[in-house]
Amino acid sequence: MRDCVAIAGIGETEFRPWGGITERSEFQLACEAILAACADAGLSPHQVDGFSSYANDRNDAPRLAAALGCRELRFSAMVWDGGGGGVCAAVAHAAHAIHAGAATCVVVVRALCQGQFGRFGRIGGRGPGSQAAAPGVPPGFAYALPMGLLSPAAMCALIVRRHMHEFGTTHRQMGHVAVAARAHAQRNPRAVMHGRPLTLEEHATARMIADPFRLHDCCLETDGACALILVPAGRAPDLRSRPVRILAAAEGGEGAWGASLYTHAAPAPPYPSANLAPVGRRLWEMAGCGPQDIDVAQIYENFTGMVLLALEDLGFCARGESGAFVENGRLAWPAGALPLNTAGGNLAEAYVHGLNLVLEGVRQMRGESTCQVRDAELCVVAGGPGVAPTSALVLGRG
Amino acid sequence: MPYLPAELPRLPPGRDDAPWWEALRRHQLLIQRCAACGAWRHPPAPLCAGCHATACRWDPVSGRGRVFSYTVVHHAVHPALAECVPYNVALVELPDAGAVRLVSNVLDVGPGELHVGLEVEVVFEDLDDVTLPRFRPVRLVSRPR
Repeated sequence: MRDCVAIAGIGETEFRPWGGITERSEFQLACEAILAACADAGLSPHQVDGFSSYANDRNDAPRLAAALGCRELRFSAMVWDGGGGGVCAAVAHAAHAIHAGAATCVVVVRALCQGQFGRFGRIGGRGPGSQAAAPGVPPGFAYALPMGLLSPAAMCALIVRRHMHEFGTTHRQMGHVAVAARAHAQRNPRAVMHGRPLTLEEHATARMIADPFRLHDCCLETDGACALILVPAGRAPDLRSRPVRILAAAEGGEGAWGASLYTHAAPAPPYPSANLAPVGRRLWEMAGCGPQDIDVAQIYENFTGMVLLALEDLGFCARGESGAFVENGRLAWPAGALPLNTAGGNLAEAYVHGLNLVLEGVRQMRGESTCQVRDAELCVVAGGPGVAPTSALVLGRG
Repeated sequence: MPYLPAELPRLPPGRDDAPWWEALRRHQLLIQRCAACGAWRHPPAPLCAGCHATACRWDPVSGRGRVFSYTVVHHAVHPALAECVPYNVALVELPDAGAVRLVSNVLDVGPGELHVGLEVEVVFEDLDDVTLPRFRPVRLVSRPR
């Protein structure tokens, strides 16, 4: 599939803090992002013939196709569970469909209006059997919920605390992820945290959420939508915007990872990890390059510490060495060797389940980022770490 | 008073894990094993991931374990937890059951006392309709033999 499919357009709505968009429905936001992506590509929405999403999306493909007036729906897919882990897998599925000839113009879309529907993944209800009929509540939760393990923050904290024990990783090292993202957001007027810089000291003393994670270790909660459009690589040069190459797409994880975000039952190793190592191996093999060739990275930050584990799994540094790897400004644009999350990412731009990270990867490969890495030719994008399936992409300048 | 309120959301026992919950109700910690190859597994599953046998047995274990990882939760994400924070969640590894891990809580630990490697033993907390396995530190001095 390498280089057979291109990203022809990207679109997004405005991003606002949690509950900030009330006058339009989440479904409308999804449509608006798709219209923007179509305009960017110079394609009519009537030509879209496939939809791909993830994370138990509410905005289903048949409804989108009807709302947009698509002539024909040829392909629809959603990644199993895994929340933001599936973001790059959603792109991969769209690309596979085009590569296989099943569709010709596939949208990847994600819209989140948590003020309209409640927080993604929030476990409600009280007492025995309260979750029996709730869709999206996997059986592994049976052993987590009564023990007070209800939030992704606490779940990932268990993984990261073990990493700290084994390798001496520190909370301050995690701060470099948060501070770099916030600094990048200061140049991005679309970012929710634009105008609100962050220091390592503020990161270290913010209120505790789930030890070791404090407030700024945790992703934002926002409203907004993102979309991108994939077409066959041969068709992309005729379109309006500079195409971005998909050099590799991989998804999945360790077979034994299962529901380890709540059960923590995976063997050690790979536990504690981001569950991205198998994805990384296949990613680099398909792309024909390695981490040393990457100019800029967009790595999903559900929580800062998980980004460190993702960097290890993807081979940017050895297992256990990510803490030292991120020190000394390595992640900070423009001087750092590996500028990370250059629009601010889930920590500082918006929380659109990481699809905003894919869009930023596309902007970097077009030369349009507000923190543009000079002469950037290769960008890695990785989906939510610690879940299964997770996923990653290598994008290339067209 | 239970360590965490009974109002926390729960899933009902299913066909794959009813024996686990029934044993807890009797204050027994049983861990599932493959009847063919003897491999321990938790959470319960309907077949062995190694040899694929569906026959299983439920073996008693000592209830002694050690903390594999932990977090202290300060932010209450469920209304029932508002009065409970901060509370801990610990992964307890059971060395005599193939090092399977349980998601649980460690009772009777002071601030700073909870750490990876802490030796713990099971205690059973009875709620109205379910019994939960929680742990407390093994305090050798106070345990006459």
